[in-house]
Amino acid sequence: MRNFIALILGTLLGIIFMKAEVLSWFRIQEMFAFQSFHMYGIIGSAVAVGALSVWIIRKMGVKSIEGNVIELKDKAPNYKSAYIGGTIFGLGWAMTGACPGPMYALIGSGTTVFIVSIVTGILGVLVYAALRPKLPH
Amino acid sequence: MIEFINWISQPWPWYVAGPIIGLMVPLHLILLNRTFGISSSFRHMCAAVVPNNFEFLKYNWKQESWNLVFVVGVLIGSFLASQFLASDAPIALSESAIARLKAFGLTDFTGQHPIELFSWAAMGNWQTILFVVGGGFLVGFGTRYAGGCTSGHAIMGLSHFQFPSFVAVLGFFTGGLIMSWVLLPLIFA
Repeated sequence: MRNFIALILGTLLGIIFMKAEVLSWFRIQEMFAFQSFHMYGIIGSAVAVGALSVWIIRKMGVKSIEGNVIELKDKAPNYKSAYIGGTIFGLGWAMTGACPGPMYALIGSGTTVFIVSIVTGILGVLVYAALRPKLPH
Repeated sequence: MIEFINWISQPWPWYVAGPIIGLMVPLHLILLNRTFGISSSFRHMCAAVVPNNFEFLKYNWKQESWNLVFVVGVLIGSFLASQFLASDAPIALSESAIARLKAFGLTDFTGQHPIELFSWAAMGNWQTILFVVGGGFLVGFGTRYAGGCTSGHAIMGLSHFQFPSFVAVLGFFTGGLIMSWVLLPLIFA
């Protein structure tokens, strides 16, 4: 059941990534050059709706469909890794014009060369796993 | 029906797309009892496929297989949209963005994505290799080091006011701005 719901939600998100041009390298360049409101509007309104939803869920004690009380764990306060890792990701985001979600959407919409980016991304995870004990967090 | 298809085939404005993406947060929490985050799929695939002995990859990725199903959904969704909801109009970039990208040497603005940079045929260009191979690596490494990407940190994390997520988003823009303003002009010089 969880997998079925995940598939439906993923499909909806894939349609949005395509139709709102979130997967476009052009749009990401435009965003980092501050030449359009489009991507800021998308991310900003997504956070606004997400934050309002979390507030309502907490306020009303909304339960999941499995009947569990929804608990949100705090992220570990690893500021160094958040900033350094975030910066490394940001460099890659501006190069590929895609964060992980849009990479899948690019493949689906026919820009299959992004299979290579996902493979090297997985390699990046492996290198991180190897270096993790030595990196500042 | 055809009118409806034509209507939703137009590019979706930010104020439609953004709130639906935001709804991924409660839909994940309520329907999946999980938090929204896409870059974890790279970790699960790494743990599933690569034989290794690293502590970071020793966990039961099968318990998170829903996340892999979710990204298959993303792939299917964009496939369906590109087949049945495609719009012929070129992407409505701002004039200043087109001028800047032309100065970088790009000429083709007809697709959603620059065909001249991102295609198998373009894999002979060193810029393409750098972006596709190197950029992908930095995305995989950086998201795991930071503990999330645009979905996990920027949207999910900021939605419940996580300060580490705010710091991560500052990092995303530090890296993105360095690439956009300092390195890309050199790469395209």
